[in-house]
Amino acid sequence: MSAIRVRSHLKDGVAIVEAIIRHPMHTGFGVDEDTKEIIPAHYIKLLTVKHNGNTVISCDWSRAVSKNPYFSFMFEGASKGDELELSWIDTEGETDVIKTNLE
Amino acid sequence: MIKRRYLLKLLFAGSSAIAYSLLFPVKVLARWNEAAYAAENINEALSAYYPNKQLITSNKINITVRPEIENGAVVPIKVNTDLKNVESIAIFVEKNPNPLIANFDLSPACKGFISTRIKMDGPSDVLVVVVSDGQPYSTSKSVMVHAGGCG
Repeated sequence: MSAIRVRSHLKDGVAIVEAIIRHPMHTGFGVDEDTKEIIPAHYIKLLTVKHNGNTVISCDWSRAVSKNPYFSFMFEGASKGDELELSWIDTEGETDVIKTNLE
Repeated sequence: MIKRRYLLKLLFAGSSAIAYSLLFPVKVLARWNEAAYAAENINEALSAYYPNKQLITSNKINITVRPEIENGAVVPIKVNTDLKNVESIAIFVEKNPNPLIANFDLSPACKGFISTRIKMDGPSDVLVVVVSDGQPYSTSKSVMVHAGGCG
């Protein structure tokens, strides 16, 4: 199961997209409660959303985006059933991708 | 002879560019501006992210953020702008260890809107920069934070 959740809402051809990604977004300042050791920085750097194959938004992030990142944006020219693809890559080179259809 | 060497050089440059584009993650990660994200003060971050540009203060950018925050680990922030041809929206927190927080490159189909949640290390001005027709415009808002959220 993907750790990305996407919700969309259509109104007059405008899509409002909300996404939540399960990710620790470690800053490198935090300390592990059990081991008392510093948790190394680990966060999403880049995120892209494509609408029917075309990039609608691309984000570059720092470690100061909150844990389990949430973001929302709006775009025009959207219809019900259109494909939305969200993908990200983090500092460890880990990636994830999800494809959904506009509701 | 010179011509042939030139041709070879061109050929080599072309093939290495293609090879480079095949390395998807490397190419994608190149868009992440290391200097701007590593900057430890706002002016350094801004000049690294918007080289040779002078920011213009604008009243066409609206930041929605609570003026007083209990926990800096989760600060909801919303940005709306009436500026035309918006290319990107970026969020900076002046007093964070690294002020550049996040940038969103918008395609022409996007509305001038973004909503997200950020971490704040303490009380600080939050600066939003909107690039419209190649020109960065900014506005800022002061936020009181009781418990820092960068840990």
